[in-house]
Amino acid sequence: MLRPPLRRGTRNDVKQLFQQARSVSALSLFILLSLFAIVRAQAPSDSTAQVITPASVTGLTAIDTDNDHGHSITVKWTPSTDDGGGANTVLGYRVMRSRSPDGPFDDTVGMVPLGSTKYENSSSIEEGAEGFIPDYTDFYYRVDALTGDPAVFSTTEITGPVHSFGQWFNKGLIPVLFAVIIFTALTVVFVSAAKKGKELYVRPLAGIEAVDDAIGRATEMGRPILYVFGLGTASDIATIASFTILSRVAKRVAEYQTTLIVPCYDPIVMAVAQDIVKTSYMDAGRPNDYKEDAVHFITQAQFAYVGAVNGIMIRELPATNIYMGKFYAESLMLAETGVVSGSIQIAGTDEIAQIPFFVVACDYTLIGEELFAASAYLGREPLLLGSLKAQDYAKAAVLVLALFGILAVNFAADLEMDWLVGFKELFKVID
Amino acid sequence: MRRQLPFFFVFLFGTFMVIQYFVPHEISERAKEFLLDWIIIIGIFALALGIWSLIHVSVDKINKRKPNWEYAFVTLVGLVAMIFFGFTANISVSWWTYFAALIVLLISLWLLVQGILGVGAGATRSKEKFFAGIGLALVFTLIAIFDKSWAFHFYTPEGLENSMFKHFFSDIMVPLQSTMFALLAFFISSASYRAFRARNLLATLLLIAALIVMLRFTPGPWGDLISKTSTWVMNVPNLAAQRAIVIGIGLGMVATALKVILGIERGYMGKG
Repeated sequence: MLRPPLRRGTRNDVKQLFQQARSVSALSLFILLSLFAIVRAQAPSDSTAQVITPASVTGLTAIDTDNDHGHSITVKWTPSTDDGGGANTVLGYRVMRSRSPDGPFDDTVGMVPLGSTKYENSSSIEEGAEGFIPDYTDFYYRVDALTGDPAVFSTTEITGPVHSFGQWFNKGLIPVLFAVIIFTALTVVFVSAAKKGKELYVRPLAGIEAVDDAIGRATEMGRPILYVFGLGTASDIATIASFTILSRVAKRVAEYQTTLIVPCYDPIVMAVAQDIVKTSYMDAGRPNDYKEDAVHFITQAQFAYVGAVNGIMIRELPATNIYMGKFYAESLMLAETGVVSGSIQIAGTDEIAQIPFFVVACDYTLIGEELFAASAYLGREPLLLGSLKAQDYAKAAVLVLALFGILAVNFAADLEMDWLVGFKELFKVID
Repeated sequence: MRRQLPFFFVFLFGTFMVIQYFVPHEISERAKEFLLDWIIIIGIFALALGIWSLIHVSVDKINKRKPNWEYAFVTLVGLVAMIFFGFTANISVSWWTYFAALIVLLISLWLLVQGILGVGAGATRSKEKFFAGIGLALVFTLIAIFDKSWAFHFYTPEGLENSMFKHFFSDIMVPLQSTMFALLAFFISSASYRAFRARNLLATLLLIAALIVMLRFTPGPWGDLISKTSTWVMNVPNLAAQRAIVIGIGLGMVATALKVILGIERGYMGKG
């Protein structure tokens, strides 16, 4: 774009231009000052005028929290009409509590964000704990709807008196109670049938059948058998199942006069395992062959334990490694070292994440529940086999119920099958 | 009776814990906490048994000069040194008296253990070793308690904040444990190699699934298909199998607990 040529101005032109500029500047200054004055004049009333006091919450109730140990009160309300709608000024709610309807109200009970309709005011059962709520003591509650301005809020009517108390039965666990009763009944029925001499067939487990062969192999090679519990404590079910397997293995080891090494991570597990192995040697009629050092404590540091057990594998070259119990990151480190030392390896754990590692590195793996069933397979006692049968029937029941559950979740609403919706609700567990 | 009493206690407390699960009342909670506290108490006593077991095995290895007995010696020295550093603090300017005290303690403990194990095994001069150990330990303790100018103090906050304890833990224990954990990467590589060999149809399927899941986490022009397939593999067949195992484990746990409570399973008492 071409610019027009610059015109050399006369003195009058310049003067006129200067005057125009002055008048424009004066006008601009006037407008600015006016605006400033308006803003200044409005500023003090701005904060109070913009935040409107919200509508109060309604329908405030306070009741003892159900299915708990006491020391807990649940406060419920209908949100303010200005919460997410109306003037939309509510930012949250403040729950306040007092021992008297006349106050003073404690404002440190709890705060919840906008949209909330309840608050569980609970405390520890320990007297003296922060915010402790004594049972059977009357309290009064009120809820404030809060805004961005701390001075602007609305308050409710006071509700109360209400007191907390503990329940003697957790109604939310009724489905679990039924499941336990049915399973116990199944176990008792099958154990009774087994006692009467009924033949019960159980599917053979390769991992369990390999135990005897592995002990025989160790005896022929003149090498020890290494039994590892993992990192489980004596209160873990996997460790308890492992105790039973150890007792069978130790008995067979004593009969074959092979050496057994049991390095332990937990001292209680060590003490129990020592007793088990000693009793097994006595049962096998070889109490003199029992050596206390066969079961010994190593350490309670995870990787130091791994280092020690791996060292035993490399130095002693056991013919068979048996891993039964609770395992974590050390599972693969142990099993891979076992591969290097050329041992036959049998593993079993209920830790889902570790099962693949054992499957890869071991010759035989007991997957999940097979660990718990192992004692019955090893002993072939009718009583133990009876409980296995109960487990199988329970699994079948779970399978059928799962199918109904799939139908209920996916199709019940669409097909308007109310009974199926109700069926789904039967299995709702509230802990 | 010796065997029946534990089974009775197992039945009693096992049944109580089952009932307690359904009773949320404060009294039930307190009873549960009381019982769980007993696990801690038993654990502390059992720890003493565990430490004794470790000492027994290590001393036996050293005495009989079994292969690699030197490691047992390192274990014992480490055990005593860490306890010593954990409970004491050096309060003198120089360190030599502090370490001299540690060496005296080690000798005293060595004599004690040798004496105790020797008496049991009928070894010569075991009693002398035992009493020498006791004497040395007594002198050591008396000086430690009454002489404030000695190089260390028992049971002071400084004992727990002692720099030697921190150095041994942070500069020896932690790196060693990290090294062991780092080895897991190599173990995973060797295990993966063995697992993913396409020996049969199932192993080939495993290889393909693993390749899809691994490719998802690598930078490359794989597009959306690999990502979606990987998510499907993880969320559908993988999760379905996991849940099946979890249901089985849950039932197995309940069955084992029932067997233990009802006294059907007695393997944990050595009566398998």
